[in-house]
Order: sequence, then C-alpha cells, then structure tokens
Amino acid sequence: MKLEDLKFGTELIKRGFASMQKGGVIMDVVNADQAKIAEEAGAVAVMALERVPADIRKAGGVARMADPQIIAEIIDAVSIPVMGKVRIGHYVEAQVLEAVGVDMIDESEVLTPADEEYHIDKKKFTVPFVCGARNLGEALRRIDEGAAMIRTKGEAGTGNVVEAVRHMRAIMGEIRVLQGMSAQERIDRARTIEAPAALVEECADLGRLPTVNFSAGGLATPSDAALMMQMGADGVFVGSGIFLSKHPERMARAIVEAVNNYDDPAVLARVSTGLGEAMRGIDVHTLREDEVLQYRGR
Amino acid sequence: MSIPSARTRCCSTVGVRIGVLALQGDVSEHMRAFRDALGGRGAVTAVRHAGAIGDLDGLAIPGGESTTIGRLVDKNAMRRPIEEFEGGIFATCAGMVLVARDVDDPRITPLGLIDMAVGRNAFGRQRESFEAEVPISGLDTPFHAIFIRAPVATRVGPETTVLGRVDRGIVAVRSGLHMALSFHPELGGDRRLHRMFLERLQDTR
Repeated sequence: MKLEDLKFGTELIKRGFASMQKGGVIMDVVNADQAKIAEEAGAVAVMALERVPADIRKAGGVARMADPQIIAEIIDAVSIPVMGKVRIGHYVEAQVLEAVGVDMIDESEVLTPADEEYHIDKKKFTVPFVCGARNLGEALRRIDEGAAMIRTKGEAGTGNVVEAVRHMRAIMGEIRVLQGMSAQERIDRARTIEAPAALVEECADLGRLPTVNFSAGGLATPSDAALMMQMGADGVFVGSGIFLSKHPERMARAIVEAVNNYDDPAVLARVSTGLGEAMRGIDVHTLREDEVLQYRGR
Repeated sequence: MSIPSARTRCCSTVGVRIGVLALQGDVSEHMRAFRDALGGRGAVTAVRHAGAIGDLDGLAIPGGESTTIGRLVDKNAMRRPIEEFEGGIFATCAGMVLVARDVDDPRITPLGLIDMAVGRNAFGRQRESFEAEVPISGLDTPFHAIFIRAPVATRVGPETTVLGRVDRGIVAVRSGLHMALSFHPELGGDRRLHRMFLERLQDTR
C-alpha cells in the first residue's frame, strides 16, 4: 500500500465519520477534566469550547474559536473524537482547527459570524464539517457546500428544547411533502427553498437527509434527548445542559442512557430520577432579536 | 443435547438470521449491507436487548465509538450473552476493538472473542482517515477499504487467520466463524466480505 494510493478527506470518509456518531451524545466541554467526565459517561465525542453557549450569552462581546491550547489539552485527555467550533464563514479559524487536529469542525451560529454572505467552502478541507439548519433549504445549502453532518440549530444556551423541536419538525415535514410531489413540483420547490434540485430529489428518494441529522440547541434533560430521537434525530448534541446542571456526571450518564433507550419510558423514568436541578433555562420569547442565535447564517 | 435448539430449527427453514448490535454506530449501514448480501435468503434485525441474541446465526458489531458501545453492552447486560454466543461475529472498526482479547487502552474491557491484540486509532486522527485498495486472502482482486480512525491488530494467536494487512498492521482476520475488519465494508457497495462471512455460516449449519 503506497502512500500516493491513499485517498484522504473524500466525501465517503467525511460522511462515514458522521455515521459512526449515530445513536450517540456529543457533549460540550471547556477543559480536559470535563472531557474525561464526558468520555467516562459514554459520550461519542466532545465539542471543545472556551465557554458553553449559556455562558457565551452572559459574556456578550464577540465569540470566537477557542484557544488552540484548550483544544489540544482536550485532544490529549480523551480517546473519543474531539470537535471544535468556528465562526460562520471564518475559513482561517477552520484551517487552524484542522491543523490542531480536531476530528470535525462545527461552523456554528453560537459564535459571532465572520461572514454574513457566505459560509465556508467545506469541500476544500480534509476534516469533515457539521452545520446547523432550521429548515430543509438551509440543510441542503450546507450539504451542497460540503457539510458531512447536519444538526438542528435550536436555540443554543437556553436549555429550552422548543426551537430544536421546531427545526426537526420543519426538516422532516418538508421531506414528507416532497415525497408527495411530482418531479416538476419538486424542481419548483427546490427553487423556492433555494436548494440544489439534485439534493431535493435525493431527499425525496431517501425519505430523509442524505447526511446524518443530529439535534442540537436547547436540550437539557434525558427526556429532551429522547424526544428528539423519537422525532427522528440520528443523535444529539448537548451543550450547556450537562455542565451547568447540578450533577454533571449523573446528567451526562442519564442522557447517554436516554438516547440509547429513547423509546422505553420505563428506562427514561429510571434515568430521570434524582438528577437534581437541570440548567436554569430561558424562555426564548423573552430574547431580543439580536440575542437569537438561530438567525445567524441562512 | 437431544432437543434441537431454536437456532437450528429456525434456520434450516427460513435461512440465515443476522442481527446487528444496535447500541450506537452505523447500524443501518450494516443492516442494508447484510440485506444486500443475503439477497432475500435470510433475515436481518436490529439487536438492542440481550434476549434477541440467542436465536441468531450471526451478529454484526458495527463501527462507532468503542468506549461508548462497550459501556452500553455492560449497561444493557449483553456481555455474557455475546461471550456465550455460538454463531459467527462480524465486527468492523469499533467492533474489531471490542471482540479482541487485548486492547492497548484501559478504558476498554474487550469481549475476548478473537485471540488478537488491537491498537486503537492506529493511523491517527480523522484527518488521517483514508480509502485504499487492500489485498484480502480469498478475494481475487483487492478490496476498496474505508478506514475511519481505524484500529489494527498488532498480534494474532494461533487460531486466528490473517486475511489482510497494511504497513501499520493487520486489518482483516478470521477466527472460526468470526471475522474482524479495521475498515468499513458496510459503507461501500462491495459485498464480497459479507458473503465470505455468510458462506462460512451456511457451511457449518
């Protein structure tokens, strides 16, 4: 096997990596100790950040990629994949994270966007990307740009699952509508939702997105995670919900078990018992428009 | 025993029964690949509970995160049923780590079904994941293999046959009815390795 015969960073390898995360919980962590707790609890991967989204909200100012040192320490601490967030459109932050060695990059609305017109051209990278979406059009534009995984945007840092539910229903519902359409109607719909016609056709054929579809943005309890799984998510991201809860270890284990047994209410009841207080949470209707993260990027 | 087991009864009449361990990872890809390879001559089911294992002829342990799958195997009381399973095991990537006798990482307690030692993430991180043509014993042309944060076997016991290797180590083995692969045949369209596994199962029935 000669080195020149190896192919790196192909679409198959990127989407394959995303498939390996299915049925799993990806947890936000801000240091090596939290990363070890997440791994020990059964997380499939960790998202390395400087602050969890709820703390980004509190801190205000410009939220950027984390210090590479934090990410490097987390990479050294765990054996599971490590992901990192970059600002929408900030392809140099993405180059930096690829050089640091993260396994997947989240081009995320949780950070302050660097480009209000364009997302990153993700096909240029060897490392796979995950991107947020609120509806089918957004999801397919991101896939067209090279995203290997989609997640609902939800409303990060609120501990309120309502927006994640809205976005999952939107994506699933729009695909069901496509399946009842003629080929001509689907072409028209592709124009309306500003998505490539070929990807619209693919969704109609598959009855789902052509990539893995996770849920994120406001999940705070085992039941929240199981709800998203029952609605058709392939897995979940939990951000502030674990390490801002009263007992992070317990909450992390409970959410892993809830995702594994998402359709078994008896198990969900057991794992939800005695967890202590979940994160405080915010009613999304009280947010000012400039505080709503999901409107970033489209 | 004079009473025929449920396994013998079911399979002589309805074909091979394959289960895919459905705790975490690329379960649906494994199910689709085995359905393709069986071509209607058998059944493929997702296995989420220990009780479903005994009736199977073959069990696939998919790719995913070996630490997570290993933890869920214990959490769902599936370790003993898998260790005592009499059929064949088809393990890829994380599955290969879990079926090994020895793993280079104390975070994993492997099932010890195949006499070999396995090193995790032997090629590096995701950016070092690759596709390559790998020659496999028993196949007339190389197999297009997809390696994702893949492990390799660094030692095999006398009962374990090496089917394929690359410069970093052994990437395909067989041991009795079991097969273990570092890479992911379920992600591609080539079903030759699945058929190789199924042929051995059918021969021994």
